[in-house]
Amino acid sequence: MKTLGWPLPPGPSPSWMPLNGAAHGFALDHLMRWNLAALAACLLLAHGLLAVVMLRRPATSAGSRLPRVWIVQALPILLFSVMYLSMAVTAQRLWAANRFEGAAPQSMQVEVTGRQFQWYFRYPGADATFGGIRPELIEPANGNPLGLIAEDQYGRDDIVSSELVLPINREVDLTLRAQDVIHGLFIPAMRLKQNAVPGQVIHIHFTPVATGVYPVLCSQVCGLGHARMQARLRVVSLADFQTWLASKASR
Amino acid sequence: MNTKQAAASRPSLGRWLASNVFTTDHRAVGILYLVLVGVAVTIGVMLSLVMRIHLAWPGFTVPGRGVIKPEDYLALVTMHGTLMIFFVLTIGPQNAFPSLILPAQIGARRMAFPALNAAGFWLSAVALVVLLLAFVVPMGAPISGWTSYPPLSAIAAAGPGQGLGMDCWLVSLAIFALGQIVSAVNTLASILDTRVHGLTLGRMPLTVWSWLVSSILVLLAFSVLLAALILLFCDRHLATSFFVPLGDAVNGTITRHGDGSPLLWLHLFWFFGHPEVYIAILPGMGLASSLFANFSRRPVVGYKLMAAMTVAIGLLGFLVWGHHMFVSGMNPYAGTAFGLTTMAIAIPSTIEVLSWLGTLWAGSKRKGGLILQTPMLFALGFLSFFIAGGLTGPILAQPALDVYLHNTFFVVAHFHLIMAMAGAFSLFAGIYYWFPLLTGRLLNETLGRLHFWFTVIGAYGTFLPMHLQGLAGKPRHYSDFTGLASNLLPNFLPSERGVTYSALLLVFSQSFFLWNLLHSTLRGRLAEQNPWKATTLEWQPQSTLEMVDHGPYEYRNRASANESEDDFIPQWADGIDQE
Repeated sequence: MKTLGWPLPPGPSPSWMPLNGAAHGFALDHLMRWNLAALAACLLLAHGLLAVVMLRRPATSAGSRLPRVWIVQALPILLFSVMYLSMAVTAQRLWAANRFEGAAPQSMQVEVTGRQFQWYFRYPGADATFGGIRPELIEPANGNPLGLIAEDQYGRDDIVSSELVLPINREVDLTLRAQDVIHGLFIPAMRLKQNAVPGQVIHIHFTPVATGVYPVLCSQVCGLGHARMQARLRVVSLADFQTWLASKASR
Repeated sequence: MNTKQAAASRPSLGRWLASNVFTTDHRAVGILYLVLVGVAVTIGVMLSLVMRIHLAWPGFTVPGRGVIKPEDYLALVTMHGTLMIFFVLTIGPQNAFPSLILPAQIGARRMAFPALNAAGFWLSAVALVVLLLAFVVPMGAPISGWTSYPPLSAIAAAGPGQGLGMDCWLVSLAIFALGQIVSAVNTLASILDTRVHGLTLGRMPLTVWSWLVSSILVLLAFSVLLAALILLFCDRHLATSFFVPLGDAVNGTITRHGDGSPLLWLHLFWFFGHPEVYIAILPGMGLASSLFANFSRRPVVGYKLMAAMTVAIGLLGFLVWGHHMFVSGMNPYAGTAFGLTTMAIAIPSTIEVLSWLGTLWAGSKRKGGLILQTPMLFALGFLSFFIAGGLTGPILAQPALDVYLHNTFFVVAHFHLIMAMAGAFSLFAGIYYWFPLLTGRLLNETLGRLHFWFTVIGAYGTFLPMHLQGLAGKPRHYSDFTGLASNLLPNFLPSERGVTYSALLLVFSQSFFLWNLLHSTLRGRLAEQNPWKATTLEWQPQSTLEMVDHGPYEYRNRASANESEDDFIPQWADGIDQE
């Protein structure tokens, strides 16, 4: 799925974007680069034309009838339509690959919960099942920021973290929730953005392919602490991930 | 006119107010609308300057208010956006210009419903006052942005300004929406019913076509907005649950709500919000067509096609709202559908641009080339921004790419170029063009040129770098970058300073304009009857017009070597015209 077989030569990401760390990001950056290049060329062309018409001062008037052949008159708009259509089709293939189907069944499960002004990440623990939650039980001061139900046996081994730690090269299935207002999960390096909406459970999936520490931001204005609603994503080797998970579980 | 003359002969405040303020005369109402725009744009620009200075120098203290706190910054963003989009970019092209020009341009003595037109103004004025009240109520102005997504906008405890401030915002916009609806009824009825005999649909200037389409958009879009505002108000005060889900826990307190959907607000809001963009820009597009023909001395290329594309943009404008919602939690198949409709709307927009370039090309081959007087310069500036801002549209229309760019400064750059700058330049073009009609004098050309070039440089300096900040991942609505992950983000400060310097240049360039307005109103060069040698009816000599026999853009001598002064056929010319 790395490039989805684009009919365009590959190349680096647009240099202003942060380094890509996700499997689908190569195709996204590739498309972004071609889109930016094509549209920048149109911008320059149009402004070159504007400069010409503004500077031209002919001594005599010349006729300017367009050729009376409809195909010549329609050619520019046909070319633009082809460009727009090809953009729509290529991007649509990437969108469909990322969003039309859920994560593979063996992918790793992590739940992401947005709350003014903090991201929480929950791992299901050894039983691979998230315990139930209830809004009435939310008490961050008492160590239960998500409202976990104490009696729920599935919830006993759940691990709640303020840092998102993921093993490299394994697909992750994020379950997005919000407790209070709409938040936006934005991980620029993973080329990932998805709103977390109260009352909705939203799934999104990706595969990190480069180890490192990356910013996790909130991209949907959520109140006075919006700009500070940040977290870190740490992509590590499988061994390091298991060590981290074990240390979290033992607490 | 009679009341005006009477007031002039026996000046008194009461008479002056009766003929200039409390009147249904469309010109007077148009001037009032322009004053309203002037007030709103001054406040809106000041708010943005405070934001820009804060972003570049976060320690900056506002005299009397101290350092900008994050909630202050969000209040500034919200009020800036609301003022600019509603009270400047809607009122200016959609209310002020039609009141000033439309009746004359269609050969009518007055509008269809002068009282509705005046009512529209007064409702807008009250709406502005109510909106500004938000600054002085306890806890200040709302902080949820001009889109006011619930539950942040539905629950007062969700943030400072979300109590009384948010109520001011809701009530203000509800009044504003009513004002827009009544004045759109008037504009629509005027265009359909009061045109002079012979001014068929196929002879209407493209400005009139634009106002026709944008008024239909207003009727449909603002009605939906009004409904959404009322529903949100009910959620806040009558314990309904249209937009707040079950078990919503703000600050540890669970609101007593049934099971509503925040996404419903997004759908209703953007069903209004996207047509709103076209309400703001279609009149500018129509004006640009007219000005390009006027100052090229050449007819609009494909006039009928242009009118059809205006209608097409209006229709498609109602099918694209979901492109604001690709990451909102909407079904991904809907993302595909809205991506395609959005890409489709690029086609009529591109046809319009190509037609403008064609008209300009034809004009540039004329002896002496294009006539680059100030109104034409601003129309060309409009085209430049329309292209620069429009070209990033197809990128943002692709859900797969928007997933990265959504709510970054790339989007901020996009809509400030296509809507704010193109919109402002169409307002400037209209004011420079119609100033002689309103005052009998011309605006100063030298000051106009200085105003144009400094504004273009300031605008591009401000908004082009924002594309790069957006590509680097800088989100909107961030007052600073001091959070947990801030050391992992690029350092935006140097670019912020560059942008802020440009924004200061952009704002101070407007002093040329203000000085020009003041100076030329009092002692500008007296204008002759039809100073731009225009073809459309608003420039006809003061005599009764009974019949129109000509299209809006008729020019002679299209291929001959001798361009004469008398190279055009105005719409008011006799039908049996001597060639």
